[in-house]
Amino acid sequence: MDALIAQLQRQFRDYTISLYQQGFLDDQFTELKKLQDDGSPDFVAEVLTLFFEDCVKLISNMARALDKTTGTVDFSQVGASVHQLKGSSSSVGAKRVKALCVSFKEYCEAKNYEGCVRCLQQVDIEYKALKTKLQDMFNLEKQIIQAGGRVPQVDIN
Amino acid sequence: MATKSTGGIEKTKSTEVKKKLNVLIVDDDPSIRRLHEMIIKRIGGISQTAKNGEEAVILHRGGASFDLILMDKEMPERDGVSTTKKLREMKVTSMIVGVTSLADQEEERKAFMEAGLNHCLEKPLTMDKILPYINHLLGA
Repeated sequence: MDALIAQLQRQFRDYTISLYQQGFLDDQFTELKKLQDDGSPDFVAEVLTLFFEDCVKLISNMARALDKTTGTVDFSQVGASVHQLKGSSSSVGAKRVKALCVSFKEYCEAKNYEGCVRCLQQVDIEYKALKTKLQDMFNLEKQIIQAGGRVPQVDIN
Repeated sequence: MATKSTGGIEKTKSTEVKKKLNVLIVDDDPSIRRLHEMIIKRIGGISQTAKNGEEAVILHRGGASFDLILMDKEMPERDGVSTTKKLREMKVTSMIVGVTSLADQEEERKAFMEAGLNHCLEKPLTMDKILPYINHLLGA
């Protein structure tokens, strides 16, 4: 059993580090992990769940605002949603999503329709990719706990 | 009497010992509200949340008072600038700290400060960023 726990812990460590190295996560995610304690063991999962729900809502808002079939494109509405997504992505450490929001915002300000549409597609891809990666990470945590081990603190630096 | 500040941090005498810092978190984003709640909890405070500025104003009209208000800028119903102005008109003397993604755009930051903030911090909020202001409130 100890060998299994050690193997799972190694996998978890390597996987978590890879998420930072590949730019999915930044230091703010580390801050979220620091806030989690025995009194709130699901805090990180909770915050990320709220974030992903917000992504769905905001992407839907942006898609509606960029829909030419309903009339004029509302770049200010798109910009407002991008601004909100930038704030929430930076608050959970979603590095790639946040970076996309920066360029997305510039396209909104320039009223560049094609640029906005491309960014919207990318944001959709990136938040879904992050969601899958984090789900895999949380699954590894569960496996470690179920095997009787402790989830290791991962030193990113 | 709560601490009053208009740009710097000033200490006033208090006739009662505040055992727990009482904080109002005003933000339209649920993940950010949850994050700020946890930061305040870990610092040893208690918090209430409002989804927008209008809810924050209604809370104060109902007699609520707070040591510290964490105020987002861009919100539906009533934004952070309007809310801060309104609360100051209502003679709310809580420390109000703006927390915004726009903190790095000087004009936006200036307008927010002029509405009556004590300080303005850039998202994402962390314990390290907010702790100096909380320590001042607690007289540390």
